Amino acid sequence: MAVTTTRSERSDTAVATREIEQTRVVRKVLRYVPIYLLMVFISAIIVLPLLWMLSTSLKPKSQWFTQTIEWVPRTLTLENYQKLFSNPATPIGNWFLNSVLIALGTTALVLAVDSLAAYAYARMEFRGRNFLFGLMLLTLFLPRMMFLVPNFLTIATLHLLNNWAGVMLPALAGVFGVFFLRQFFESIPKELEEAASLDGANKFQTFYMVVLPLAKPALATLGILTFLGSWNDFLWPLLILRDPKLQTLPPGLRTLQGAYSSEYGLMLAGAVIVAVPVLLIYIALQRYIVQSVASTGLKG
Amino acid sequence: MTAKRKFSWTPYLFILPHLIFFGVFIVWPFINGLLISLQQYDFLRPEQNKFIGLQNYVDLFVPGTLTFNEFWDSLKNTLIFVLISVPPLVIISLLLAVLLNIKIPGRNVFRAIYFAPWVLSVAVVGLLWWWIFQSSGGLINYYLKDLGIATPRWLSTLPWAWISILVATLWWTIGFNMIILLAALQDIPDQLYEAASLDGATPLQTFFQVTLPMLRPVLLFVVTITIIASFNLFGQPFIMTGGGPAQANGTNATTPVMYRIYIQGFVRPLQGSAAAMSFVVAAIMIVISYFNFKIFRQREND
Repeated sequence: MAVTTTRSERSDTAVATREIEQTRVVRKVLRYVPIYLLMVFISAIIVLPLLWMLSTSLKPKSQWFTQTIEWVPRTLTLENYQKLFSNPATPIGNWFLNSVLIALGTTALVLAVDSLAAYAYARMEFRGRNFLFGLMLLTLFLPRMMFLVPNFLTIATLHLLNNWAGVMLPALAGVFGVFFLRQFFESIPKELEEAASLDGANKFQTFYMVVLPLAKPALATLGILTFLGSWNDFLWPLLILRDPKLQTLPPGLRTLQGAYSSEYGLMLAGAVIVAVPVLLIYIALQRYIVQSVASTGLKG
Repeated sequence: MTAKRKFSWTPYLFILPHLIFFGVFIVWPFINGLLISLQQYDFLRPEQNKFIGLQNYVDLFVPGTLTFNEFWDSLKNTLIFVLISVPPLVIISLLLAVLLNIKIPGRNVFRAIYFAPWVLSVAVVGLLWWWIFQSSGGLINYYLKDLGIATPRWLSTLPWAWISILVATLWWTIGFNMIILLAALQDIPDQLYEAASLDGATPLQTFFQVTLPMLRPVLLFVVTITIIASFNLFGQPFIMTGGGPAQANGTNATTPVMYRIYIQGFVRPLQGSAAAMSFVVAAIMIVISYFNFKIFRQREND
């Protein structure tokens, strides 16, 4: 008897729990609806301007200005893109290539230079270490605009105006990457490096063969942020690369704005060409990029 | 064996590449900038450069000169932008972070969407919103016309020019603060919320008595970097409004101080004066950051 009661009680409870669970799920979903609506609404504010840019860039000139709004082009055309690529005054193909090479070059150099320095600051004792580290920390508080005029003059003195090196080299002076990588190197257990040096590896071999492979996530983070920063940089390449052929894409857009004062479709086609590569990278590495920003932000 | 180590060149070889660039492009420009700020300096006509002592600084502090008017007017414009942009950049991003902190399926997709504009160049963002805010053909005025609302000339009249720049900036950078605040929200231990709900706290009470206090250090960081970022405003007005509209007193309404330094140093070019402006602005920014930290510290101690 006692057993059966327990059994029926059990099944009763099971049914009751299931019902409660179901109403809970329904309620939860209902509660989610307004939240989802809000989230979708905000997404529209973010996405629609980009779609409007894309839409205009695919419209023929006669449809840039219409009586009523036309989100989907009546006639889809690539003529804006074709015009853009065929005008020698705005060599956007060159700009694209320049942007790719400068961004990749800057990223590779920053990773090499910063990881070497960061390893020394993380693991080695040397005279002047604290002084240099403190000095670097201080410069973090100085606004970038302060360096604009004097660095421009330095680049001019070094005859690096209209030279990619003039765009890339100042990026190597940054201290953020050194701080960021140093923090990561310090988190790697020392034993691995000690084992390597017992095996007869010198400092550089230890760094190159043991530490760097372990630091891949940190290097990837710094690499992505450096690439984005370099690809998007506007003012510095605008000042250094005066020759239109050597220009990168973001200042190139400024050139388009001047060259085609009311040719909106052409300018927006240019903007699409600048935006699409980074958006594709972002879509592919979204989780990673967001985490990079969150982690660098928190560590400040 | 003594504890003293043998001198080794190895560490210096490791830091040398970075140190060279750090020296050439951060330490030297600081010193060189000070030297230039004491001269009448134009790199295109070096033969006319001459030492003029503190004249470039005096010009910034003696009322009546053109430089004085332009500099302080642009600084005023920068402060206007800091005042109108920092509160929404912090508050809206905090609200978005709270929204995305609700544990529902698919929130990572929305997080990714909200953050996306941050990866774009200011050149793209500026051009995009310049197009959207065009008086005729612009997206905004299409809809305003449909609604029967007067359509302002967004980019060339006040206060609309500032509002256009503000909207573009919010759209572009709100995701950055949001991501940092969201990470901080997720670090708050669940026990605190459980305790609050056991005590019968309403969601609003929980937000003000649990969430906000726990966020304080990160909020300080976010407010500080947002003030600095807004202080550095340059690209958006450069592309969207060209610094205009022009005012009756000869100044430009949306020319912030960084734009002024750019004009002074590269358009005129009076590079000595531009360098002096940079140092005054840097000093102001450092003072603001310092007080910002102090105010937050003090509240923490109360």
